[in-house]
Amino acid sequence: MSQKQEEENPAEETGEEKQDTQEKEGILPERAEEAKLKAKYPSLGQKPGGSDFLMKRLQKGAVNCLRAFPGVDEIQKYFDSGDYNMAKAKMKNKQLPSAGPDKNLVTGDHIPTPQDLPQRKSSLVTSKLAGGQVE
Amino acid sequence: MIPGIGALAQDTLWCFSQVKGTIEIGATEADIISTVEFNHTGELLATGDKGGRVVIFQREQESKNQVHRRGEYNVYSTFQSHEPEFDYLKSLEIEEKINKIRWLPQQNAAYFLLSTNDKTVKLWKVSERDKRPEGYNLKDEEGRLRDPATITTLRVPVLRPMDLMVEATPRRVFANAHTYHINSISVNSDYETYMSADDLRINLWNFEITNQSFNIVDIKPANMEELTEVITAAEFHPHHCNTFVYSSSKGTIRLCDMRASALCDRHTKFFEEPEDPSNRSFFSEIISSISDVKFSHSGRYIMTRDYLTVKVWDLNMENRPIETYQVHDYLRSKLCSLYENDCIFDKFECVWNGSDSVIMTGSYNNFFRMFDRNTKRDVTLEASRENSKPRAILKPRKVCVGGKRRKDEISVDSLDFSKKILHTAWHPSENIIAVAATNNLYIFQDKVN
Repeated sequence: MSQKQEEENPAEETGEEKQDTQEKEGILPERAEEAKLKAKYPSLGQKPGGSDFLMKRLQKGAVNCLRAFPGVDEIQKYFDSGDYNMAKAKMKNKQLPSAGPDKNLVTGDHIPTPQDLPQRKSSLVTSKLAGGQVE
Repeated sequence: MIPGIGALAQDTLWCFSQVKGTIEIGATEADIISTVEFNHTGELLATGDKGGRVVIFQREQESKNQVHRRGEYNVYSTFQSHEPEFDYLKSLEIEEKINKIRWLPQQNAAYFLLSTNDKTVKLWKVSERDKRPEGYNLKDEEGRLRDPATITTLRVPVLRPMDLMVEATPRRVFANAHTYHINSISVNSDYETYMSADDLRINLWNFEITNQSFNIVDIKPANMEELTEVITAAEFHPHHCNTFVYSSSKGTIRLCDMRASALCDRHTKFFEEPEDPSNRSFFSEIISSISDVKFSHSGRYIMTRDYLTVKVWDLNMENRPIETYQVHDYLRSKLCSLYENDCIFDKFECVWNGSDSVIMTGSYNNFFRMFDRNTKRDVTLEASRENSKPRAILKPRKVCVGGKRRKDEISVDSLDFSKKILHTAWHPSENIIAVAATNNLYIFQDKVN
């Protein structure tokens, strides 16, 4: 329809008409996107703001997954603390550095002082913002 | 150069100053910067990352020899603020990611800041030590105890100068007060209290007391099935210690006065822009969710950021914002794929400049946008290594929406949605900005004549 208008008045498009065309095009993209989504996922609920939607958000929290796709459970749960610690240990296996020679001196020889003890988390890496390239 | 005033004569020119972090493409997730904040004087700049670490940069004193090189920010202190924890009751991991850092105003030689992850807020003290006691009687130089039988004389330990050491110590830990994930913390103007907000509740703390907090907002419904909205951000008024605002996932802002009642479930003011029902779509509510709310320095206005726009509201007018700025409206025709890749849920922050005349927020492709409220002009700039020559002027960028693409422009389909600028900060009084681009921190300054 807008095309026909352009053919009739090619030279003179008043400000109002231009705004009208633009407004119509402004609404259309969002609706078109909605149609695309519904076509891909027909079982998608009508209201994304529903309680199910928000409940997932509350559980997931900081991570942004709020998709209400059925059957998709993005929350990683652990059976218990043992399960959690095993998973952590697997992840950190590669990163554990070999214990320094100093460690051996501490035990058995004399009563250790705070300065002697190795840092509790030796596998932690300093932020690259603090080291590395400084320009 | 007075911020904002220069824009009357000509647009501010932004130049590259520094970049922190490494270039490597496969950076670890822990390096992703999750918050950036200047302190009240702008002397310090703090960053928090996904690995629970805080890095504080300090501006070096400007030397009279190098007038055209304004003070650069160098590492001052770094520490591990939060560590991953395990919630035994829910069998869930508690991420160590630092969600927010807020500085306290300086009251003595030490610096204090609040840092928070999803569940726990911590007050950190950062202090300098440049003297050390020497000449103990009972300890030797390495600190090992001496055998008292070998000591024949006594001496008085003296303080001797040493290399500057910056220590960070946790002074308070405010834990176990939030069932849901903390999204905001805000220091009150009374400097005695602060608030922490999660998805459904806001708590008021006294800095001295860690085992108690007042619940001041609770929007949890009795029946969770009736849940319709969550709290997305909250902030105290900069001058009135009784006033605060919080934003919601439905695009509304509530202003509360703590003098009215202990539990501020009933708002004093309610800010909402009416929506044309014919414009409503599946995405409407999601893109209207406010990701950040910030008071202006004057305390007269609030700025909100939703997915596609930044809005400025006058506290005296609740029925609509006084200004609306389009950040990246071209994304409206991409909402389907942005929903599928979760980008539609990205939480962008927004900041005011020192004089409240310019506002800034991030976008994709490492673009960030500035809007001058007076001239109504806006600019898109990019944080990239390609523009990293010292004092190189940043060239404005432009996204081409359709049709003919000019040489410098980038088309919407070429935007890199993994390069998102969610966190930025503006120096409180000068035209210096810090922009977090994934694992890199860029510092830009305006051109010095």
